Amino acid sequence: MGAIVTANRAAPPAVQGGSTGQYLTFMLGGEIYALGILNIKEIIEYGNLTEVPMMPPFIRGVINLRGRVVPVVDLAARIGRGATQVARRTSIVIIEVSNTFASEEGEVTETQDIGVMVDAVNEVVDIDSGDIEPAPSFGARIRPEFINGMAKRGGGFTIVLDVSRVLSVAEMSSLGRTSIDSTSLLEGDA
Amino acid sequence: MNFWDQDAEMKVAFDLFVVESRELLQSMEDGLLGLEHETEPVESINAIFRAAHTIKGSSGLFGLDVVVRFTHVVENVLDRLRDGKIGVAPELISVMLPCRDHISALVEAIAANQAADTPALNSAGEALLARLQSFQDPAKTRLTEAPDAVAERSGGGMVEAGDWHLSLRFGVDSFRNGMDPLSFIRYLGTLGDVVSLTTLAEQIPVASEMDAESCYLGFEIDLKSAASKEAIEGVFEFVREDSRIHILPPNSLINDYIELIRSLPEDDLHLGEILVKSGVLTQRELDEGLNLQKTHADDAAGTQPIGEILVQQHVVQQPLVDAALDKQKQGKESKARENQSIRVDAARLDQLIELVGELVIAGAGAALRASKSGDPALIESISEVMGMVEGVRDSALQLRMVPIGATFSRFQRVVRDVSAELGKDIQLVITGGDTEVDKSVVEKIGDPLMHLVRNSMDHGIESGPVRAANGKPVKGTLSLNAYHESGNIIIEVSDDGGGLNRERILAKGVERGLVPPGAILTDKEIFALIFEPGFSTADQVSNLSGRGVGMDVVRRNVTALRGSIDVESTAGAGSIFRIRLPLTLAIIDGFLVEVGHSGFVIPLQRVIECVEIPADSQARDYMDLRGEVLPFIRLRGLFEVEGAPPRRENVVVVEHAGVKTGLVVDRLLGEFQTVIKPMGTLFGHVRGIGGFTILGSGEVALILDISSLIRHYADLEKASHV
Repeated sequence: MGAIVTANRAAPPAVQGGSTGQYLTFMLGGEIYALGILNIKEIIEYGNLTEVPMMPPFIRGVINLRGRVVPVVDLAARIGRGATQVARRTSIVIIEVSNTFASEEGEVTETQDIGVMVDAVNEVVDIDSGDIEPAPSFGARIRPEFINGMAKRGGGFTIVLDVSRVLSVAEMSSLGRTSIDSTSLLEGDA
Repeated sequence: MNFWDQDAEMKVAFDLFVVESRELLQSMEDGLLGLEHETEPVESINAIFRAAHTIKGSSGLFGLDVVVRFTHVVENVLDRLRDGKIGVAPELISVMLPCRDHISALVEAIAANQAADTPALNSAGEALLARLQSFQDPAKTRLTEAPDAVAERSGGGMVEAGDWHLSLRFGVDSFRNGMDPLSFIRYLGTLGDVVSLTTLAEQIPVASEMDAESCYLGFEIDLKSAASKEAIEGVFEFVREDSRIHILPPNSLINDYIELIRSLPEDDLHLGEILVKSGVLTQRELDEGLNLQKTHADDAAGTQPIGEILVQQHVVQQPLVDAALDKQKQGKESKARENQSIRVDAARLDQLIELVGELVIAGAGAALRASKSGDPALIESISEVMGMVEGVRDSALQLRMVPIGATFSRFQRVVRDVSAELGKDIQLVITGGDTEVDKSVVEKIGDPLMHLVRNSMDHGIESGPVRAANGKPVKGTLSLNAYHESGNIIIEVSDDGGGLNRERILAKGVERGLVPPGAILTDKEIFALIFEPGFSTADQVSNLSGRGVGMDVVRRNVTALRGSIDVESTAGAGSIFRIRLPLTLAIIDGFLVEVGHSGFVIPLQRVIECVEIPADSQARDYMDLRGEVLPFIRLRGLFEVEGAPPRRENVVVVEHAGVKTGLVVDRLLGEFQTVIKPMGTLFGHVRGIGGFTILGSGEVALILDISSLIRHYADLEKASHV
């Protein structure tokens, strides 16, 4: 599991004019997507994944990241583009997600590392905030709230995903719960 | 009062003071609560007094006048209690408990770097002091009294009554030195009354040999005086050089002295020092005794203990020496005990446990490599290392084990307060308090226990008249018990109340749709209904319980600790709630199995045996286990593992709640020390899986949670038959 790229979050690059952000671009089902680089901790090769039964299809399983157990989300399946086929360039992007949830002691915020499975990692690019258009209300074939914006690059648009929405632990775990309930319902029909 | 901001050392000392005060306050509370039930409360009273005294002393050290002022009054009352001037009464304890709370509030306020003399705290303190007034000595109820009254007391024998016995043998040259024995005896009269005086004239030689200028007289005097030994001795200051003067304290005072010796702080003192400190002996007497000891030591007879010498010298009575010797021994023992334990930051312990966990994983990896290499010497040495790693793991986990007694005794207060609130007479009986359990478990079990205790007191135990009518003792009993059973700790909360109402629970269950009407359930199944969400049979919602929240929360909390709870109940005789918890939350002994390419760990304590699946069992999900019907769960099917099963599958027989179940797996890989990694929010709701672990190969394996797995499977089966 050699690290291909390790993002050094402690020393972010000097931002010019405060309007340029850095983004990681990657391939998902033949299309290019982008993610803000600030939440990305590292990128590792795909491998040694343990499946967790009774989970929705977009949760592929867990990996051992230096002694910690990290869940891996199939990003394509999560945004409704079908399951990712494992290939030579398949990678896992480790992202730090902070999620707030209501517990018995009130609102609790915790950070959690989540691995995101992508077909291939491309490059880190600078995108001026002026070049990011708001998301269209339809047409991108992704739930609009998953989209942070549409970045103008070269000849076309790249979809910039909203990490906090796409990897919302609260939503994913509630989907997991319904998937378990629906399993029991389906078997009930049998 | 921010001195600790400036001085790091002071800050450390202050932190220690806060921690110590908390402990002392806890022991004070325990003592107060235990007081009523004790037949011989002397020890407890002393402990409470010591706690208050120490807090006052340390507070004074830090200049925390607010604490000193308040605690001083409390201490005075305790002192009177100790002296038997006031008795142990419920009223006293109900005043003392809030006083303890107030001291605690003051200390906590200071610990949080806040002012401890806010108007709110001050008025609370004043109110408590007013309540203490009636227990105070009527002669000196003024609150401003000097705070060192106790110090005075321990400083020297303030004698109230009794006769001192003085033996005086004046030196031969007394008259020549201008000393008249009579004047000394007269002066003695100013200290008290000379009750009797015997003149000893045996020393006077026959007249022909007598020197008129020499003194041959001796006196035995009984003196009634309230002066201290020191003061009496002072009378003879000018003649003691060449006279023999022995002063024995009155017999009536011996007990007081013994008491005093016992109440001395437990330092490592010499016998003589203890006696001097308590005022039994004066420094001069001790020095003389020691000199004598030295001279004697030069003789062949060997050294004589100082205690014996002092008794022989008639300066002290035997019982006092015995008491002092006892004290000395006690001091030494407690010193030895102190040295046997050290305070460790809990975070450091956690870090150690985590490292040991990693060590276990790494060790398992090395063992795997070694067994693959086939090198016998390597395998041998690795297995030796693993044996030691296991030992390290066990002792590391042992470090976090604490007796559950501290958690239990906190409920003394709860039971006291709640029974007063409910108007019921309930006593708490605690057994098995020294049963040890992981610190993290102790921290989390408090809330569920609180629910159960309150529930038992509110609903379980009947009111006094009802109990009397049913022929039971009016005083209800609530018991907390703990013991170890096969790798688990069992905590029982039992009451001798009315028991659960089987019919009412069943009716309520049907009403809530939890049970189909007409269903026939066992007692156990019916009683289990009370743990369902929103279930309450209480007719009245009281302040404490009956809102239907509680029992399901209890079960959820217990389940979160990987434990289980059940209830046993006999109508009219009471109920027992039994919580079963794992001893530790970090590492378990597991049994590793494989289905397809995935590893699964079954907690070893659940595993009974492993058998091969009978060849003809494809069509059904049960087998014949030596004449028993053993239903089994095919993990391959349940977990939707891809691929074909191997030719011969294995069945791991597990037991849960007394019922055996088989788990069908592909391969058995053997025992495995399992370091539990928590599931995280994303997987929190997955049923049948209790956590993750990392195998020696670096792969992640799933730890099965047998009870929820079986429940989940049973639900699926039930649903498929509807």
